[in-house]
Amino acid sequence: MADQTSSKTEAAQDASSYWSANIRIIIVCLIIWALVSFGFGILLRPMLSGIAVGGTDLGFWFAQQGSILVFLALIFFYAWRMNKLDAEHGVDEE
Amino acid sequence: MDQYTLNLLVVGGTFALYIGIAIWARAGSTSEFYAAGRGIHPVTNGMATAADWMSAASFISMAGLIAFTGYDNSTFLMGWTGGYVLLALLLAPYLRKFGKFTVPEFIGDRFYSQTARMVAVVCLIVASVTYVIGQMTGVGVAFSRFLEVQNSTGLFIGAAVVFAYAVFGGMKGVTYTQVAQYCVLIVAYTIPAIFISLQLTGNPIPGLGLFGTHVESGVPLLTKLDQIVQELGFASYTGHHGNTLNMVLFTLSLMIGTAGLPHVIIRFFTVPKVSDARWSAGWALVFIALLYLTAPAVGAMARLNIIDTIYPNGTQSETLVYDERPDWMKNWEVTGLLKFEDKNGDGRIQFYNDASTEFAATAAANGWAGSELTVNRDILVLANPEIANLPGWVIALVAAGGLAAALSTAAGLLLAISSSVSHDLIKGAINPQISEKGELLSARIAMAVAIGVATYLGLNPPGFAAQTVALAFGLAAASIFPALMMGIFSKRVNNVGAVAGMTTGLVVTLVYIFLHKGWLFVASTASFSDADPLLLSIKSTSFGAVGAMLNFLVAYVVSFMTEEPPEEIQELVESVRIPRGAAAATADH
Repeated sequence: MADQTSSKTEAAQDASSYWSANIRIIIVCLIIWALVSFGFGILLRPMLSGIAVGGTDLGFWFAQQGSILVFLALIFFYAWRMNKLDAEHGVDEE
Repeated sequence: MDQYTLNLLVVGGTFALYIGIAIWARAGSTSEFYAAGRGIHPVTNGMATAADWMSAASFISMAGLIAFTGYDNSTFLMGWTGGYVLLALLLAPYLRKFGKFTVPEFIGDRFYSQTARMVAVVCLIVASVTYVIGQMTGVGVAFSRFLEVQNSTGLFIGAAVVFAYAVFGGMKGVTYTQVAQYCVLIVAYTIPAIFISLQLTGNPIPGLGLFGTHVESGVPLLTKLDQIVQELGFASYTGHHGNTLNMVLFTLSLMIGTAGLPHVIIRFFTVPKVSDARWSAGWALVFIALLYLTAPAVGAMARLNIIDTIYPNGTQSETLVYDERPDWMKNWEVTGLLKFEDKNGDGRIQFYNDASTEFAATAAANGWAGSELTVNRDILVLANPEIANLPGWVIALVAAGGLAAALSTAAGLLLAISSSVSHDLIKGAINPQISEKGELLSARIAMAVAIGVATYLGLNPPGFAAQTVALAFGLAAASIFPALMMGIFSKRVNNVGAVAGMTTGLVVTLVYIFLHKGWLFVASTASFSDADPLLLSIKSTSFGAVGAMLNFLVAYVVSFMTEEPPEEIQELVESVRIPRGAAAATADH
């Protein structure tokens, strides 16, 4: 590729771009995590009260069912996305 | 065959199964106690983690707390599942890459400090012992019912069984035993729920039945429930009645605590690869979600069934005659966890909200002199199949499931306590020359002391099983989680900062809990109550989140005022952040 010094800085840069990409994914996932539980399930429930779900409202559904389903989706999405990111940056396990 | 014999047979049968699997699996892998997990598929590991994780609090206690409160206790559902997101995103892959076996080891190495390691050991012990108290409460309830004895007798028998089970030891390390325990507990939890959901809503999936239509009345189940609880003066089931700030902080405490509890974290140290650590957390949550999606349905439907039993012809007509009460009430009266007191002497059971001032007039008009039935919330899940008139084998199965949940977690925690005392504390600090025999002996003594303390406090627990367990989560949230997270996500936090942060988090949270629950949980020494807490509306169970924030704050401030961590520690953090080389990280052992 290039000479040794530049490949070393390249490696360092790549490690830091890998890490910042990871942090971005984590932040997006945690925003969704907080939105469905603290948001829809608790704080924003009054705003969702107009949407009826089986004898109650959407906020109640998020608090007792929906948030758990979203948590599951988030973890599997993160695992899949990170395995792809690992490969892109060449830091995956051999 | 009577119920008592059937209970003994089913519970005994499941125990024989666990021991059988342990003996069978042991023969192949006696040498590699921990490494056994390395060859195991993420799905199997996820199932074993779920068994480890779901304790008496999840199985026995949680649905009861939801049943009697409704929406406000959704906190348990969101908190105890949402923590897995934090675990999967913020801790599991990095701790796996780091490749050590205990949480204090990571903290000691990352913060290059023996003091930090010792502080972590203390945090771990305090959180775990509190957790075991909650388990003992659940074990006491389960044993008292299926052996038909007083609650305290049940607790002593349970303590003896847990002790024997934990000393039998290695069992805990055998993943396949835990897989069997998971299967028993999930089958035991869902079968009655499916039956009841079919009876009430015609839908075989309880989580859907909860939002379905109540067959008998033709209106949605939750509408029906809201209506009848309000007719008895209770707060509506789906409404939000508690304090919002407290609800948010409580959920957050449970979430952070989940990601800070040593016996769960440890499972992710032993998967084969970093990518497996990410997947394992997902699979664990799949198996946990099977129970957690069912629990709110169990709670709501049980509440409906109990009221239906006491008011057979609707809430506006005559209540149940005490002498005609169903068998499940008689059975639970034996344990002392269900009590009837005929306050107005009419020989009938009245069950309503006698604390409601608005309802007082209606009650007086009916000639009621107070609610006459006291139901301990921890009995609800175990009594549920009896309340719904399900066959005897289902009742026995639920008892076996409750015991599987309580025993697996209690034994796991006792092992975590004893290994941190003998390995981290005695061998790591007090007496490095201790012989292997001495280490083993000190581990057994630590275990006996822990169970003695937990049993004593379990006789007069600081709350229902899930509430006591929630306190343990608060302690783990305030002390361990922030240290782990900063250890990975910050290169700047140093030894002094971490020690100061953990100490602040633990001490402040513990003091806050003791001020409300009594010093060392002796209730008479409490200065405040959770009904009227010291700060704003923050109950002692919710304070863990505040403790965690203080931990972060103190650690950062102190770190920035003191020296940067040395070069090699910063490199260590760099290496923990990338998956490559994970196999080498564990080869050192």
